[in-house]
Amino acid sequence: MGKSATTKDAQALFHSLRSAYAATPTNLKIIDLYVMFAVVTALIQVVYMAIVGSFPFNSFLSGVLSCVGTAVLAVCLRIQVNKENKEFKDLPPERAFADFVLCNLVLHLVIMNFLG
Amino acid sequence: MTRNCVFLILILCTTLVCDAAIFHPISDSHRSAALEIFAPVDGSFGSLEEAYEALRTFDLLGIGKQLNIRASACPSVVDTLGSASSSLKDLFYALRVNMLLKCEISEEVFAGIASRCKASVHDAKSLFDFYYSIGSLRLIKDHASEVDVVLSDADEIFQAIKALSQSDGKWRYSSNNPASSTYAAGVALQTLAGVVSLATTEIDQSLIGMLNNDIVKLFDGIEKYDDGVFYFDEKLVDALGHEGPLSATSSIVRGLTAFAAATSGSLNLAWKAIGFSIPLILSLPATVLSMTRKDQLKVRVTTVLGSTAPPLSVKLVQAFSSGSKGASIIESQDLKFDAENDVHFLDALPKSVDLGTYHFVFEIVLHDSEEKNIYATGSRTKVPIYVTGVVKVDNAEIAVLDSDLGNIETQKKLDLAGETALSLSANHLQKLRLSFQLTTPLGHSFKPHQDFLGLVERFFYLSGKYDIQLTVGDAVMENSYLRELGSIELDLPEAPEKATRPPPQPVDPYLRYGPKAEITHIFRTPDKRPPQELSLAFVALVILPFLGFVVGLLRLGVNLKNFPTSTVPATFAILFQLGIAAVLSLYVLFWLKLDLFTTLKALSFLGIFLMFVGHRTLSHLASTSAKLKSA
Repeated sequence: MGKSATTKDAQALFHSLRSAYAATPTNLKIIDLYVMFAVVTALIQVVYMAIVGSFPFNSFLSGVLSCVGTAVLAVCLRIQVNKENKEFKDLPPERAFADFVLCNLVLHLVIMNFLG
Repeated sequence: MTRNCVFLILILCTTLVCDAAIFHPISDSHRSAALEIFAPVDGSFGSLEEAYEALRTFDLLGIGKQLNIRASACPSVVDTLGSASSSLKDLFYALRVNMLLKCEISEEVFAGIASRCKASVHDAKSLFDFYYSIGSLRLIKDHASEVDVVLSDADEIFQAIKALSQSDGKWRYSSNNPASSTYAAGVALQTLAGVVSLATTEIDQSLIGMLNNDIVKLFDGIEKYDDGVFYFDEKLVDALGHEGPLSATSSIVRGLTAFAAATSGSLNLAWKAIGFSIPLILSLPATVLSMTRKDQLKVRVTTVLGSTAPPLSVKLVQAFSSGSKGASIIESQDLKFDAENDVHFLDALPKSVDLGTYHFVFEIVLHDSEEKNIYATGSRTKVPIYVTGVVKVDNAEIAVLDSDLGNIETQKKLDLAGETALSLSANHLQKLRLSFQLTTPLGHSFKPHQDFLGLVERFFYLSGKYDIQLTVGDAVMENSYLRELGSIELDLPEAPEKATRPPPQPVDPYLRYGPKAEITHIFRTPDKRPPQELSLAFVALVILPFLGFVVGLLRLGVNLKNFPTSTVPATFAILFQLGIAAVLSLYVLFWLKLDLFTTLKALSFLGIFLMFVGHRTLSHLASTSAKLKSA
């Protein structure tokens, strides 16, 4: 009885969340997808490290940090692009994207240097 | 001065035969050395004096024929003799060179020189003026017998030279120079001998008697080297330079022989026996005789210049061990002569000769007693002889003893001929005893000069492992050895407070600047790599999120509608994309092969390009979206 109620509640919550997320603009959804992609890739590398050990530790670190870093940058981009955020109202999304590209290039220069 | 040495030695040996020193005859090495020293520079000599020294040396040693000195020296001799302005010294040496080379000089030239020399004898002031003038006259007398060289007033000249002599037998170089010299005495004697031989009448006997006294006084000042060689020392150092004892002695000897020859008997001295005889030298090819090789005792007798001696026999007068004085092992034995090799040899050493150092005394006996006047054999020659052989080592054993009771705790036999690797242990209350017996080939016990057990005398209370080395050696032992015996573990008590500290380890100066021990780098061995399949599987796994990303994009209905359509912005947009791709490819290259600097250089250009293109593209996009918004 209680269990079914909880399930129902959870389902209701999940449903409302999905419907709320459906209203999100497509460009933000793309960024979300990108963040998911980056984080999952990072997780796979962590699992790999857990299985075989961290011998080329710098390679592992650069791989994971590349993913995590780009994910963080994507989140930043998402914050700036989101029209709901009044703070960045005057900032055009193109400018935010330019920042994203520049930061990614700098990040990956460092990552490549560290890759070994 | 070195130039004089070669023929001075000869003259020395002819006269002052000594009894202790062993001479070796002049060998080819001496000859080639003389050839090297006296070799003319660019075919000529620096002066006539040098030319004479060289020629005289070559003449005595029988070398230098190939140098053809005559061609270069004769013109110089002719020039000097023909010129009226030549100095007396140059004339003298030119005549001497001429005496050896026999250059073509006419009688008139000799006559001119003779009258010039006679004139200069009368107003000569210094000893060398006399020496050169008289010497020149003597040479002319020998060479050109027609020329009148006779001195009519020989007594006066004799007295004039004699006036330069000093009371101690030495002479002054000139009347206004008070310093006297031994070398000058020799020069004076040679000059006086010349005067005597050039005199028309007999010289006053009283003058010769006075000269005899001078010579006796001169010999009072004779000195003796440690090896028994007599010499006259020269103490005077003056403008002429220092004449060493060798040249001073040679000068006197030449003076005496010349004087003795000139006066022929009027020199009534013990020194009459001096000179004229050719010394014979007894030399040994080897003074070390090996018993294992059964070496023969060989003796060679030659003249000083190394030529063959007349028929003679060598007598071994006595041979005795240097240790036991007096007890001789051989007495009066004649050596056999091997005519083929020109060696006198002793058949076999007597049976009683064992290892050791011996002194052999030899005597030369000439077969023809007439020749005793020609050859000087000297007195007995004493030669040290070393008889060497193999020493046998027996009964070697090493033992560790208890100090108070003398009980043997451990005892080991040693095989000193072979390898030994001992391993002993002892403490400070015990004694170590190493014993071995050495026997000579004849079975006598033998006590070597050196036998060290290589234990350090003081251990400074340092316990631990010590190496033992045994050294047995002697000059007559052919099998001297240094052998590692092994090691001993010492257990020593703690050092008391006041004990001396061990000295710091000596630092080998060669080691300090020498090469250090090589440093080998040890690299960390790379960790074990995971199996390849696993890695490949994960590569595939990493691609999956990307595929998911692409699929997700497609499901979201992503499109490129926002991509600029007009030509110029589209070009910029494409260039922007290409620029990003280029930077990423550059990063891949950086990872694979480029270094940071190349990468940064390329990146700076690409970055500027990208900024320009990106700015154009994005501002175009921004203006488009702004238009849309406003519309």
